[in-house]
Amino acid sequence: MSFEIQVEKRLGDHHIAFDHRSDTQLVALFGPSGAGKTSILNMVAGLIRPDRGRIAVSGETLFNSETGMDRPPERRHVGYIFQDARLFPHKRVRANLLYGHQLTSPDRRWITLEETCAFLGIAHLLDRWPHTLSGGEAQRVAIGRALLAGPRLLLMDEPLSSLDAARRDEILTVIERIRDELDVPILYVTHDRTEIERLGGELVTVAGGA
Amino acid sequence: MSRYVGSHTAMLTPEEWSIILLSLKVSLVAVACTLPIAFGLAWLLARKQFPGKVLLDALVHLPLVIPPVVTGWLLLIAFGRMGPVGRVLEAWFGVTLMFRWTGAALAAAVMALPLMVRAIRLSIEAVDRRLEHAARTLGATPWHSFRTIALPLCLPGIAAGAVLGFARSIGEFGATISFVSNIPGETRTLPLAIYAALQVPGGEAMVARLALISVMLSFAALIASELIVRRRGGQHVL
Repeated sequence: MSFEIQVEKRLGDHHIAFDHRSDTQLVALFGPSGAGKTSILNMVAGLIRPDRGRIAVSGETLFNSETGMDRPPERRHVGYIFQDARLFPHKRVRANLLYGHQLTSPDRRWITLEETCAFLGIAHLLDRWPHTLSGGEAQRVAIGRALLAGPRLLLMDEPLSSLDAARRDEILTVIERIRDELDVPILYVTHDRTEIERLGGELVTVAGGA
Repeated sequence: MSRYVGSHTAMLTPEEWSIILLSLKVSLVAVACTLPIAFGLAWLLARKQFPGKVLLDALVHLPLVIPPVVTGWLLLIAFGRMGPVGRVLEAWFGVTLMFRWTGAALAAAVMALPLMVRAIRLSIEAVDRRLEHAARTLGATPWHSFRTIALPLCLPGIAAGAVLGFARSIGEFGATISFVSNIPGETRTLPLAIYAALQVPGGEAMVARLALISVMLSFAALIASELIVRRRGGQHVL
């Protein structure tokens, strides 16, 4: 598993430039708030369009400004874990988990609902509504929802920032297990050094540019 | 039972029943035909940036602020037999709106449109677009994400808009009377019948009965919209 990202984008007064390729299991993007870390993830996910550059995952090109290649988000197979869990409020946990799973062709899936529930310890939550979940539970369901869509790469945008200390530890443990037990690379954004020290992996510093 | 309900003055005459049914028909057709248009306009105004947006916004809201009689007169000019739209409708489809119940429905629809667009637009603006982004990363095409995320989440607003539009249609008077006149059995809806009964000596009992019915219909519509919003709202945090 590998990915290469080489993008440039001007957003208002910010100029975001990022160039990195990696074969490691976990890459941590570190930098101050406003450096454009989230924008880099959004470009990889296809939610915003780089002005220039190239994005490839496992040798497959997702974006290339020179050839005009620009895959829409739904055909990138990139899992995205947001700061807030962003569960669909009108669907129960089970329907949230299966949302992407059902849209993914069977040969792309690499985990089942049962395996996901066991891995994340969320089997008892399946019939609950999202608004009844704690922050940690919601984030675990969000991770499960992303895994079930069969991603080739996981993007995590400060997934601990809306959680208290005990829940952070819970989710960090889950992320460590994804890193060690599942064969999917993680691009992890944070502005917290302690998270990086714990998760290890490759550290890339993103400097805010003007 | 009829003994307890009271004398004949408290009962509705067949004529009054037909007035009520006509009003319901006009209002339901008006709302059903306007709903997709109102949703489309609300979506454009809530989500899209385009030149002339301010103009479109103003145009949609116009029936809310100009005198209804003027709206009716404008409809008469446009949809009358000699009007640019009316002529085409008649020549190509054999459809006449002037002095017909369909014309009353058109007048009600135009008057209800701004209220419906407002209610739906608010609910679309309240949908968190980041949920749709999440859906896209999970493999949903824009259309699938619209159908499964945005649309269900603004359903309470659509229902509220429909009910509001229905209540407005039931009460529509000015535009209707100037566009399709006050023809018994064809365009004489509840407010027009009340108006007509007021002109006739001894019509007070009929006025009272029809007024009561129209209050009850509007009241029921408002209760219904409240119930819809509550029932849907119980399922999610908004």
